[in-house]
Amino acid sequence: MALFLDIASWALLSIGGVFVFIGGVGALRMPNLYTRIHAASLTDTMGAVLIIAGVILQAGASLAAIKLAAILLFLLLTSPTASNALASAALLAGLRPDGAVTSLEEPQE
Amino acid sequence: MIVLFGVFLLSLMVITALAIVRTQHLFVAVILTGIFSLLMAANFFLLDAADVALTEAAIGAGISTVLFLSALALTGEHESVRSSNRILALSVVAVTTLIVIYATFDKPRFGDPLAPVHQHVSPWYLETTPEAIDIPNVVTAVLASFRGYDTLGEVFVVFTAGIGVLFLFGARPPRNSGSPGTRAAEQGLGLRHYLIPRVVGRLLIPFILLFGFYVQFHGDYGPGGGFQAGAIIAAAVILYALLEGEAQALRVIPHKLLIGLMAGGALLYGGVGVASLLLGGNFLDYSVLAADPVAGQHRGILLIEAGVGITVTGVLLSVFHAFAGRRRR
Repeated sequence: MALFLDIASWALLSIGGVFVFIGGVGALRMPNLYTRIHAASLTDTMGAVLIIAGVILQAGASLAAIKLAAILLFLLLTSPTASNALASAALLAGLRPDGAVTSLEEPQE
Repeated sequence: MIVLFGVFLLSLMVITALAIVRTQHLFVAVILTGIFSLLMAANFFLLDAADVALTEAAIGAGISTVLFLSALALTGEHESVRSSNRILALSVVAVTTLIVIYATFDKPRFGDPLAPVHQHVSPWYLETTPEAIDIPNVVTAVLASFRGYDTLGEVFVVFTAGIGVLFLFGARPPRNSGSPGTRAAEQGLGLRHYLIPRVVGRLLIPFILLFGFYVQFHGDYGPGGGFQAGAIIAAAVILYALLEGEAQALRVIPHKLLIGLMAGGALLYGGVGVASLLLGGNFLDYSVLAADPVAGQHRGILLIEAGVGITVTGVLLSVFHAFAGRRRR
């Protein structure tokens, strides 16, 4: 059982690390801000979920696991919100997505 | 493994520091200082200094970034180009760096148990804390009881810094006068039009406050205490100000109350010292505060940590309002 938990937690941690790495590559290589936010935020959220799940498996049924679950919930709420706020701030600052035909502020034109 | 992590984090910090120096864009520099503080916090945590790591993360990466950003909102985003003598500055930096590097050759090895710092008072603190104060977190015992004078000094430093900022910005509260139109504009400040950050933010504020109080009162048993809790509670109120507009936050916690918090916390700390004098002990010797010396220590630490937390919250919020309120005048 302990061996199975170890294998599962290492698998989760590794896959989470891969997700974070892909997010990092995406944030560096994507052509503009919105695609970069997309790459970083989606993979980061997934990476955080997997990594914390892996650490919870390591922690076992203890107070630490509950704290980690609380952190996970917090990250699941705040990380997409931060991405949303970042993207809307960029839109407000006048940065248009590439190839955008219509914009949010001029729907009539 | 830990050494590897430490080297990795420290190299990242050097890279971040160089980037801070190189960038001309002040907004980028502020965000980079936040990243620098977060790396520093991770480094402290690696060295098992959880209390310091919590402080660095809450104040360095959290509150100071917000304060820097609100200062930037008053000035420009770009560094003004100076044509001063760069050679001189560079040589001063180079010489200082060489001296500091030379000084590190005399330092004990990383984690050396025979280092002078582990031979002096540290063993005494570790031995005395369980019997004299009886709390698990020795850092809190040292900070609040053994080194109560130092912490009193720190609280007064924070208090003085708050007073200094308020004087610089003109201590009077932001004017309430103005035409109805500007009042409405004031109320529209903040992120009122942004649904998702507002909803999530309002959902989180109570939990951030709860966590702040947990850090405050759990400081005897785990990492935490007044400084960290004050920063976290101030962060919750600042988040409210960002979401609902600064004027609304000032309506919830008015300016007078903030001033009262600033002075009240420092006063509470000093008052505990005077109370222990009047009860027949030394200044800040909490043993006389209750019939049992250990219970007296617990009571004293609880009170002075509350004093620290109150002052830190008051000062940070006052400084934030001083910056944010400046824009409206």
